[in-house]
Amino acid sequence: MILLDRVTKTYGKHATPALDRISLHVEPKEFVIVVGQSGAGKTTLLRLLTREEKPTSGKIIVGGIDYDKLKDRDIPLLRRKIGVVFQDFKLLPNRTVFENVAFALEIVGMGNYEIRHTVPKVLDIVNLRGKEKRMPYELSGGERQRVAIARAIVRQPKILIADEPTGNLDPKHAWDVISVLEKINRYGTTVLLTTHNQEIVTRLNRRVVTIQHGHIASDLASSDGYKL
Amino acid sequence: MKHRKLITLSRIITTGISNFVRNAWLAAAAMAVMVVTLTIVLFSVVTSATFNNTIAQINDKIKISVYLNDSVTKEQADELMDKLRKMPSVRAVSYVSKDEALAEFRVEHNNNKELLQAIGETGSPLPASIKITPADTSNITPIKSFLDKSENVSMQDPQAGTSYSGDRKQAIDKIAHATNILRQAGVVAVVIFAVISVLIIFNTIQMAIFNRRDELTIMRLLGASTSYIRGPFVVESIMYGIISALISIGLIEMLFIASSSTLQASSLGLLDINYSNTYFHAHFWILLGLQLIVGILIGAASSIVATRRYLKFKTK
Repeated sequence: MILLDRVTKTYGKHATPALDRISLHVEPKEFVIVVGQSGAGKTTLLRLLTREEKPTSGKIIVGGIDYDKLKDRDIPLLRRKIGVVFQDFKLLPNRTVFENVAFALEIVGMGNYEIRHTVPKVLDIVNLRGKEKRMPYELSGGERQRVAIARAIVRQPKILIADEPTGNLDPKHAWDVISVLEKINRYGTTVLLTTHNQEIVTRLNRRVVTIQHGHIASDLASSDGYKL
Repeated sequence: MKHRKLITLSRIITTGISNFVRNAWLAAAAMAVMVVTLTIVLFSVVTSATFNNTIAQINDKIKISVYLNDSVTKEQADELMDKLRKMPSVRAVSYVSKDEALAEFRVEHNNNKELLQAIGETGSPLPASIKITPADTSNITPIKSFLDKSENVSMQDPQAGTSYSGDRKQAIDKIAHATNILRQAGVVAVVIFAVISVLIIFNTIQMAIFNRRDELTIMRLLGASTSYIRGPFVVESIMYGIISALISIGLIEMLFIASSSTLQASSLGLLDINYSNTYFHAHFWILLGLQLIVGILIGAASSIVATRRYLKFKTK
């Protein structure tokens, strides 16, 4: 589903690489946790996958799309296939919860009737039923995060990328978010999650990839007994 | 798929219109400049047509009069006229007999009773003449050299001399020259104002985009296509163009209404307002179309350029 082959990303000409010859293979329906300290290269990795950045060298293939052969005008089509939950939510501040989720569907040209039908179902999944008309500033951090997840999954992507979705949350809300991700994974979506949270890593007990100074330091099939 | 494209198109248009309403004050500045630009375009088209008309009218009045000896018979005159008609530099030839010349003279000097009486007593003292309308008033040399040939000179009245309307021609050349300068000045003004209005609309859209730059980034990350993001801005600025064109043509219309009541039947020197008015109303729809096209082009071009920066993908 996700294939990186000796991918290097250097910002600026003579800087040390943010990612240095990273190779990674993620199977369909897999749930992978990416851990690593700030500045280790986690966010760069995710930005490469969404084609916000272009690798300096190396090959990236996601869902059968070879990024070397991807034309600029096809980038929007790629992004529609990947759901992304951003660290800073990136909700539209002057739209309601419903409108924020509907927005992802408007972009792909879905009709209003279908949108009215689809959005409530997804809001159900993230337990936000009844808050459709709230504005983002009226929500708690956890609720906002779940709106972001709803928006990311509403198009039923094959791949979901979640960048520190629990970063600003207290343990209870963090766990709410994680359980939503697990639920989506059970429905068949490949999930790539980055986190700092030891407890989440331990309790999830999934494959853990550790990035350190731009290299993959370890890649364990199970996080049993893993220490950050 | 076609259905989806229609939905997207209608979303782009409704978003553009609601943005236009939201940005009303910002839009007012952009439209004011656009109105000035379009009014200058319209004004220069109408004045240019009016000047052309004035010049054509004056040119029509230019005729070469060849006065004939009384001994020349009608047949000889006809032969000369035939030859003249065959010349490419001659547009029309007409014959004025002695009696016709007298009749014309009588009409022209209607007030001078004594003169008319004196002329009437002796029969027509005026020579018969051939009136030549040149094809091009600025080039009458071939006609002149033809008339100066010896066999033709002998037919002409030595006392009357051929009239080439020389003084009038100089005046016409001056008018044509002045018109050309005015027309060029009009083109320069149009270009300058078009550039200014593009810059101001550009700026207006830039401000609108700057206010919504986060939204654009998010749209981009969620996979919105370039046309979906850019479309509403283009729709918005095309609306500036359409509304400005309507305001501009309304202004000119009001100007004509005001001028026709105050300056009725008068003409301001070279500018024949009556003709301008007729021309404007005869070509109203074409002019309105021209206004709309110019307005829409200015609006669309500036919004496409203004949004380009925010829509680029990273290439490195």
